[in-house]
Parts: sequence; C-alpha cells; structure tokens
Amino acid sequence: MSINLQALFAQLLVGLINGSFYALLSLGLAVIFGMLNIINFAHGALYMMGAFAAYFLLNVLGIGYWWALIIAPLAVGLFGIILERTMLQWIAQLDHLYGLLLTFGLGLIIQGVFQNYFGSSGLPYAIPDELKGGVNLGFMFLPIYRGWVVVFSLVVCLATWYLIERTRLGANLRAATENPTLVRAFGINVPRMITLTYGLGVGLAALAGVLSAPINQVRPLMGADLIIVVFAVVVIGGMGSIMGSIITGFALGIVEGLTKYFYPEASNTVVFVLMVLVLLIKPSGLTGRTA
Amino acid sequence: MKNKISALLLGTASLLAFAGFASADDKVVKIGSLSDQSGLYADVGGPGSTLAAQMAVEDSGLLNKGWKIEVISGDHQNKPDIGSNITRQWFDVDKVDVVVDTPNSGVALAVSNIIKEKNGIFLNSGAGSSDLTNAQCSPNTIHWTYDTYMLAHGTGSALTKAGGATWFFLTADYAFGAALERDTTAAVIAGGGKVVGGVKHPLNTSDFSSFLLQAQASKAKVIGLANAGGDTSNAIKQAAEFGIISGGQKLAGLLMFITDVHAIGLPVAQGLNFTETFYWDANDQTRAFSKRFQDRMRNKQVPTMSQAGVYSALTHYFKALDAMGGNSHDGAKIVAKMKEMPTDDPLFGKGSIQPNGRKIHPAYLFEVKKPSESKGPWDYYKLVATIPAEEAFTPLDKSTCPLLKK
Repeated sequence: MSINLQALFAQLLVGLINGSFYALLSLGLAVIFGMLNIINFAHGALYMMGAFAAYFLLNVLGIGYWWALIIAPLAVGLFGIILERTMLQWIAQLDHLYGLLLTFGLGLIIQGVFQNYFGSSGLPYAIPDELKGGVNLGFMFLPIYRGWVVVFSLVVCLATWYLIERTRLGANLRAATENPTLVRAFGINVPRMITLTYGLGVGLAALAGVLSAPINQVRPLMGADLIIVVFAVVVIGGMGSIMGSIITGFALGIVEGLTKYFYPEASNTVVFVLMVLVLLIKPSGLTGRTA
Repeated sequence: MKNKISALLLGTASLLAFAGFASADDKVVKIGSLSDQSGLYADVGGPGSTLAAQMAVEDSGLLNKGWKIEVISGDHQNKPDIGSNITRQWFDVDKVDVVVDTPNSGVALAVSNIIKEKNGIFLNSGAGSSDLTNAQCSPNTIHWTYDTYMLAHGTGSALTKAGGATWFFLTADYAFGAALERDTTAAVIAGGGKVVGGVKHPLNTSDFSSFLLQAQASKAKVIGLANAGGDTSNAIKQAAEFGIISGGQKLAGLLMFITDVHAIGLPVAQGLNFTETFYWDANDQTRAFSKRFQDRMRNKQVPTMSQAGVYSALTHYFKALDAMGGNSHDGAKIVAKMKEMPTDDPLFGKGSIQPNGRKIHPAYLFEVKKPSESKGPWDYYKLVATIPAEEAFTPLDKSTCPLLKK
C-alpha cells in the first residue's frame, strides 16, 4: 500500500477525535480509582446514560444540546452520588474484587433496563445547528462538530487535572486518599468529599456521553462497546494517574486511527496488543504509581 | 402428561435405534429461536423473533387440535462457537425440533451443519449469506427471508443502472460481509460497473470515520455498505457528517432493516435505496400483524423482515406438520414435505421453496421517505420497484448446491 500523506494526516486527526472520548472516560475512571480505590465498571453504562439524558432533554423537555452539556452530567452525576451513598461507600474498605463485582453488576442492570425499553439499535440525536457542516482542510473534510469535540474535551481534561493537582480542594482530596483519618482530624468532611469525587467522575462519563450522542447512535450498548477499550487505555496509562490517562487516551486514539489506515482488520485489537506489551514491560502502566 | 411420557419414550427410543425414532409420530413440537438477543442485531431478530415464533404458534390453530408446542430462545452473541454449543444442547438434551431466525451468517453456517448432522430443521430467517443454499446447502435447512444474492441484485443492479458506475465497499469482516461484497461485485460488473476498492472493518464498529475517509478518497460514485444492523446505521450517520453525500457520492446500504432507518432518523436516511422482502405497511394483512406485534414488543418496534420471516416460515412448517398428521421428528422428511407444498401466508404472500432450500417470494426495492412525506413513526418507505420471485433469487441453474446434482 502506498502511503498517502494526506490520508495519513486525516487518520491522525480522526484518531485524535476518538482519543478525546478515551481521554474523557479514562480520566473519570482514573479520578474515581485514585480517590475511591474503586474500579468503576459501571462507567460505560453511566456514559450511555449521559447520551440518553441528552436525548430525553431534547425530545421530552425540548432542551437542546448546549443545556444538555450542563444538565446531563449534573443529573447523571447525581445518580452516581446516590449509587455511592447507598452502595459503594460500604465496600470502599474491602478488596477491589467487591467493587469490581458490584459496579460490573450495576452496569449490566442499567444497560439491561435501557435495552429492554429502547431496543439495541438506538435513537437518533442530531448535531446542533451551530456546529453543523464542516471545513475543508485540504487533506480532509473536518466536520465542525468533531473539531469541537476535540477542543472541548481537551479543555475539560486539563481543567480536571488542574482542579485535582493544582488547587487546594484537589490537595485536600489527594490527602484524604493518602490518610483519611488525619485529614478528618483537620475538620474536613472526607466521606462527603469522596461522594462528590465519585459524582465528578460519573459526570465526566455523562459529559462524554452527551458529546458522543450526535456522532454515534444513542444506544444502550454504546458504553459496553467502548468501555473495554477505555479500560485498556487506563491500564496502559497507569491506574490512578490523571495526566497519564489524558495523554494515553489521546495517544491511543491516534494509534488506533493509524491502524485503521494500515491494517483495518486489526483496528479493534491493536489497543489490547499494546496493553499486553505494556503489562509485560512496565506492569504499573506508562505513568502509573507502583502500588 | 401423556405427551410428556411419549416424549420420554421417544427420547429413549432414539438412543436405542434411530429407525424407531422416525416411526413414532406424536404431536409435540419444540422450537428454538436462536438469535443475537442483546447485541447489534438484537432489534433485527432477538426477542422480536421469539415473539414472532410465539405468534405463529398461536395463529397456527394446532394448539386447538391437541398439539403441544413450546418456544424457547437462545443468545448466540454473534459467536459461532456459542451458537454451535446451544444448538447441540438443544438437540441432544432439550429435544428441540426446529431452530429459527439465527442472524449472523458465521453462526448460521455453523448451526446449519450441526442441524444436518442431528437431522433437525433449520428455518433461517436472519442470516444473509447465499452460501446457505449454494455450496453449503443442506437437506435440513430452508433459507427463508432474504440473501446476499437478492440484496446484491436488487440494490446493486438498480444503483449501477442509475449511473453508479464505480463502487467502493465498506465490508463487515466476517462470512456475511464477504458474501455480500462478492455477490454485489458480481451484480455491479454484470451491470457494466467497476469496483475500485474496499476496506474490511471489524464487526460491531462504532466509529467509521477512518473507513469513510478512505471511501471518500477513492472518489467512487457509490459506497457500498456490505454490513448490517448497528454497523450500517453508524456508517450512514457518520457519512452524512463527513459530507460524503453532499460531495456527490452515493451510499448504498445493501442490507437495511426498518429498525436501522428508525435509528438513523429520516433527516439523514432519506433517499437511501435498499431491497427488502417485507414491509409492515404493505397491505391490510401486514398492518394487522404488525399492530399485534407492536403491542406486545417492549420497545414498540414494528416487525423487521427477519422477524416476519420467522412467523412466515413457522406458519408453513405447521401446515406441513398438520398435513402429515403428526411430528415424525425426522427433519429431512419434514423439510422435503415443506418443499413440496406451495407457501402462502399473510406476510409474504404466495411463494415456493426451491430444491436447494431457498424460499422464493417477490423482493421490493424501497426508497426512504423525506421527513415531509412521512405521516408518523415507522412510516418510512416508498416502493420503487417490485422484483418478481424468480428474478430476485439465484436462478436454480446457477446454484452450486450439491443437492441439485442427481
């Protein structure tokens, strides 16, 4: 196959777009794992709920995309907070396996309920008028909406990183994970902080769901299809590392895009091949902290 | 209770001697609806096919004549090994007589071989590969609703004639995609067109942008989507985004179901051409059936052609059983009887079953309505052309089925 430079650029850009979703989702996972020590297998289902929330806001209440970007993450985040208060908080001190089983089960239940009522082929959600159309970049036709997704998710990712690594609130959070008892002694309400963190992680997933609604179908299985890849991203990037998960998310999107160009049949396995390699060479992930 | 005992005796007899099995007729039937119950083909077949089977049982009138008919369902998850295991268990342990639906050609080809070995019956409605009635045909299999030859010759020929001289394929990387690409290529070349390239994508892909960019760069007039279900709707939706239609290229959704059109939405799907053998809004009978079907579906969808095919195939199967006066549990014998009898049911009208196991009936070339033309939910298709049964499917003299060689 002759390498066409234009096509290559196009694939890089497309990879970057997919990478934005990986980054947003793996960031949420990283935040939750870092602060709560829970591997949130319900993440895909919550991402799907975000997309459905956008769909309902538009079709039931007539609320458009821009408000959905704010309301859907808040609503789904609230749902996450309820989950954390009623179930997850009780298992935080137990072995990882309990959290895995509980969240995995929750994910399946949520997905099953949606599938029961909406089938599996999904519902249409149109691109907002302001972002319709595209620009011809010379080497490719870039839909404006996809460009928006890249920029917006980058901003959100960096803002989250800043919040956790550079602000006082973030410092408290990180301290609370290191030594909750001591942080409590300073008069900080640790359980509430953890609940809000889970809400934040879930909100990020829902936000990714809203962003993807106009691109993919709003389908009950949309999260299940994506979440496996995202877990591979998290493993490669290193569990619990905020910046690591952002960078790996974007990078793997690009790797996948390139594979789609050079050897499309392998495009949905390449991430896992990389995961195996990373696990063999650096088991804690590229940027991970050793446990 | 009496039936249970006779079934038990039958089971025992079958262990002792196969001949004893065939002679003992009873009035017990067990139907297995094998489908993708929760993945990308679940709306095409899935729970809807199980419901269609149930409705065929209720409408058959056999229950009032003392028959005992049970419908069970299984989830093959689009994996041939899982589908094979379920089929083996159904025949070996659960004493299933007939397997219906089974979308996903990869699974269907595997299941067809097992059912032949078990001398059961396979009434396939969901899978597309025309190999089921060609090289891989079986005396125990009837391929009911559609196949890749029909899709290729319906949509492929029509679009090539309408000026689509050059084609680029986006093909799902498994048995069905390969068969559909092969059959469509033949139809395109026969129509004077040319295939300029193609790319194979993994089954169940959510992002098609890379593949679409390659299709766009090929400058082919028609982009043929040799895939199905969720893959097709994602590809079409994203093609609109990348300006492929406005750039002058035409999309050919080679296999589309009404649920796909529903998922894409008319603003994006309008103008698409494709071939189907059933549309819920075709006549009073199909409307009446669809209404009853919709009322019982949780997601309130209308029946797809696969689901309608399950109903139609079982209706014919029950007619054959009724004519034979009992269930001999001899798959090949019952299938032979079914091939003898002309078919006639409310959903597909009159038709027949060819010796290679291919059920034939007219096919319809549809166009998706504009949003302004649609009167409400599910009012999506305009009929463009009717293809007579004899032209819609592989002519018998071209079929490579070994059963045809005497």
